[in-house]
Amino acid sequence: MQRKYLFFSFFTLIGLVFLARLFYIQIINEEYKLSAISNVVRVDKIYPGRGLIYDRNGKLLVGNQSAYDLMIVPRQVKLTDTLGFCDLIGIPIEEYKERIIKAKSYSYLKPSIFIKQISKERFAYIQEKLHLYPGFYPQKRILRSYQNRAGSNVIGFIGEAGLSFIKDNPSYSQGDLIGKTGIEKSYEDILKGKTGQIYNLVDVHNRTQGSYENGAYDTLPQPGKHVTATIDIDLQALGEELMRNKRGSIVAIEPSSGEILSLVTSPNYDANLMVGSERTVNYSKLYLDSINKPLFDRGLLAEYPPGSPFKVINALIGLQEGVTKETTTYTCHHGFHYGRLHVACHCGTSSPIALRLAISKSCNNYFCQVFKSIIEKYPTAQEGMDVWSNHVKSFNMGRFLNNDLPTGRKGLVPNADYYDKAFGYTGWRAVSAISLGIGQGELLLTPIQMANMTAAIANHGYYYTPHIVKAIDNKPIADPNFVERKYTTIDSVHFPVVINGMFDVFETGTARGSRHDTIKMCGKTGTAENPHGQDHSIFVAFAPKENPKIAIAIIVENGYWGSRWAAPIASLLIEQYLTGEINRPTMKDRMLAGDLSEEYEKQLLSIYKKPIKLNDAEK
Amino acid sequence: MRRSNSSIHNIDWLTVVLFLLLVLMGWANIYAAVYDEEHANIFDFSQRYGKQLMWIGTSIAIIAVIFILDGSIYQTLAIPIYIATMLALLLVLFAGKEIAGARSWFVIGGFSIQPSEFAKFATGLALASFLSKKERNLRGLRDKIIGFIIIIIPAALIIPQPDPGSALVYSSLLLVMYREGLSGAYIFIGLSLAILFLMSLLIPLLSLQIALALLAILIIVATRRSKGFWIKVVGMWILSAVLVNTVDYAFNTILEDRHRNRINILLGKAHDPKGIGYNTAQSIIAIGSGGVAGKGYLNGTQTKFDFVPEQSTDFIFCTVGEEWGFTGSAVLIILFMLLFFRLVQLAERQKSTFARAYGYAVVSILFFHFTINIAMTIGLAPVIGIPLPFFSYGGSSLWGFTLLLFIFLKLDSFRWETL
Repeated sequence: MQRKYLFFSFFTLIGLVFLARLFYIQIINEEYKLSAISNVVRVDKIYPGRGLIYDRNGKLLVGNQSAYDLMIVPRQVKLTDTLGFCDLIGIPIEEYKERIIKAKSYSYLKPSIFIKQISKERFAYIQEKLHLYPGFYPQKRILRSYQNRAGSNVIGFIGEAGLSFIKDNPSYSQGDLIGKTGIEKSYEDILKGKTGQIYNLVDVHNRTQGSYENGAYDTLPQPGKHVTATIDIDLQALGEELMRNKRGSIVAIEPSSGEILSLVTSPNYDANLMVGSERTVNYSKLYLDSINKPLFDRGLLAEYPPGSPFKVINALIGLQEGVTKETTTYTCHHGFHYGRLHVACHCGTSSPIALRLAISKSCNNYFCQVFKSIIEKYPTAQEGMDVWSNHVKSFNMGRFLNNDLPTGRKGLVPNADYYDKAFGYTGWRAVSAISLGIGQGELLLTPIQMANMTAAIANHGYYYTPHIVKAIDNKPIADPNFVERKYTTIDSVHFPVVINGMFDVFETGTARGSRHDTIKMCGKTGTAENPHGQDHSIFVAFAPKENPKIAIAIIVENGYWGSRWAAPIASLLIEQYLTGEINRPTMKDRMLAGDLSEEYEKQLLSIYKKPIKLNDAEK
Repeated sequence: MRRSNSSIHNIDWLTVVLFLLLVLMGWANIYAAVYDEEHANIFDFSQRYGKQLMWIGTSIAIIAVIFILDGSIYQTLAIPIYIATMLALLLVLFAGKEIAGARSWFVIGGFSIQPSEFAKFATGLALASFLSKKERNLRGLRDKIIGFIIIIIPAALIIPQPDPGSALVYSSLLLVMYREGLSGAYIFIGLSLAILFLMSLLIPLLSLQIALALLAILIIVATRRSKGFWIKVVGMWILSAVLVNTVDYAFNTILEDRHRNRINILLGKAHDPKGIGYNTAQSIIAIGSGGVAGKGYLNGTQTKFDFVPEQSTDFIFCTVGEEWGFTGSAVLIILFMLLFFRLVQLAERQKSTFARAYGYAVVSILFFHFTINIAMTIGLAPVIGIPLPFFSYGGSSLWGFTLLLFIFLKLDSFRWETL
């Protein structure tokens, strides 16, 4: 009879083990409850409308449009009429097969995108018959709709978030659209809005079975905020038009606020290419175009020697340092001579000239002398150079702007250290760096830095950091970086004389051909030597002379000399901005007809020794 | 001898009630596992709960037949029934239909019948019949071997289907032989073999061999018994050493990958919830998410949305765990325990060895199914596909268990009349 009890004990033991284990997994351990929820709850995103972007006058630049992704669940596909289906969605049967294979290799049960971003109009036609083909369903997407061809580089475009981005920003997931360039990128957080979430119950095949807890955790999407850009789209469009068939950049700033009125880069692209089913192809074309570099925003990224406009800065530094006075005169003997060193000059004067005339005539000798006297004011060239360099940097040159544009460059403003490294501590003197006096040599500036420099001159010694957004949801921005004045190291008393000189540039000087009858403009031409070919045509200007409304910097690459292209374009843009129209049609037509492509082809020819057809990248 | 149908008054109603409770709870949970709103009609015979209702009905008919038939026929027919089912097992290997990779079913007129489910009661009867002969002595070698052979034949016929789980069930009949006088040493050896088997899978071969050698030396030194004991220990050590080597070889070369994987998961050697361990992981999640009181009847999400595999058959316990929580699970385990205790009690009150041995066969088989099935769903045993008695969906298994149990209740009901 003893064995009976052994059975009882054995059964009891097993029963207790089971009860203990169940107690552990059902009551003590919480992990399984969470696992169960993550098993059956799928969080579906509802995308909000992205914030709209307006120009400074309230004109819509970017809106939203809906498009549809055609989704596929391979398991549910039962196609009897493959040809009819291919006809309907407009792809050849081979491509259909390829896409089916791709979808199956992703997942047999989970939905994936079969065809991306079908436009609303096309989709209306497809939808009528889509019910005949199980396994396919539409998913609405919100895409950008660009109202203008102009300003693409300013607005930027959006694209799918990359994997590395998602890794660093866990609130995004695959398939989310984010700003890739321009305002879309730098104001991503404001434009994106808040994604809504719907908690759905799903079965093991990921089929929706109803809402979780009756939607208690669901959130509605919150649309993105609207952004008012600082640009004037009409000015921008005119700038782009005038830059057609020329390479270069235009940056216009409102001096009294630092607002960027236009930011033209040429060649540019049409942002509409970045929307819809052809986006990938178009993007590759633009990206691979290493000749025109349409995605390269020259206004922010290209670094040029500023040339003669920089003479104005040297004049100001000379005045501030007390080595130059309004009345200081130098006599130009066809250039600046120092030992074997010779800097040629074509100012055409032969008698002693004072500062104002030197500016309007752009005398190389005068500003080489000014630069030399600044450096030589100090016991060593090092000290002099650092003083000079700090003055220049106070105009925000040689350093980043730190503004709301997603990209930028520092440029290059050399200091004593720079020359010590190049020549050795005792190996250089003022004349070694004499090209800086006329804005050449090692000096490099981006167009936006040149525009800001002009704005600072127009303001008699201060500037606002140039920025691209004015208001968010109609509330003006309050970022102290953008709304507080930044003073240069030059006292305001020194400005009138150089401004008068710049006024004379239009009246009697190098840009008199671009003079306007009623608008009092101030400017400075530049003809910058560069290693790539013909000199760059450069011009900076502001207007009106009193109470300036616009400061502008223009570079036309390889445009021979400043007054040939850059000055007339600046003059036309100023006229357009201040009067709202252009009364000089001949000048406008001449600029529109200007075509430097031959010049650029010549450059390619000298590099590759054979003709390169532009847009060879398209294929 | 009185007419057998009068014995209905002597039926053990406690067992019958336990049986009915389990069957009905089982059906309710099958309904929950398969349930969806479109097919809510319980008599929908296209759905598993509808079919199970049919199986329950026919099982009750089987019970009626068992009560009508003379209880003494089982001892008489034990051997013929055994031979017939063994032939059926042999036949199914050739004429059976392959379902889910195993050739275990006869398909007759749209219904599938699994002979291995019927072989259980047949083997129980045969073993009881063999053990009931007066001259049997399980301490003798001959009877021991015949007993083993009776158990091994069905197992050997079922393994090649392949259905190792069902074959393993027959090892539980060793408990019957133990009750009838087989030395406890065999149970001890059996358990030791199981432990050695597990050890050889868990511990690297060389370390295990060294450990065994050290253990043998330790026993000899510590006990300092007679020379005969010394020789026994050495002999066992050599056998163990050979065994672990064999297991290691068998595991790595003979076993199929899927079995190897399952064992590896159980042993904690592989952790891969989306891969081979998916079933166990999902099963534990479903049960674990039930909490104290469960999510409520028909509200289980894991089982409803098919995360748990085989949820109406082998993994039916998941539905209980998820929808009824710890409370329901404990009730189920206690009901089974009550059934086992009661069956042992009934077996012990039998006057004939045949009835007692058969009673133990019934409780051993049911207990083995229960233990392995529950242990598998809560992650204490590898996924061995055997059903939970009376609970899991399936006609053959319900019929088989009903026959198994009620033949014993019939034997019990006329225990006063024999001998």
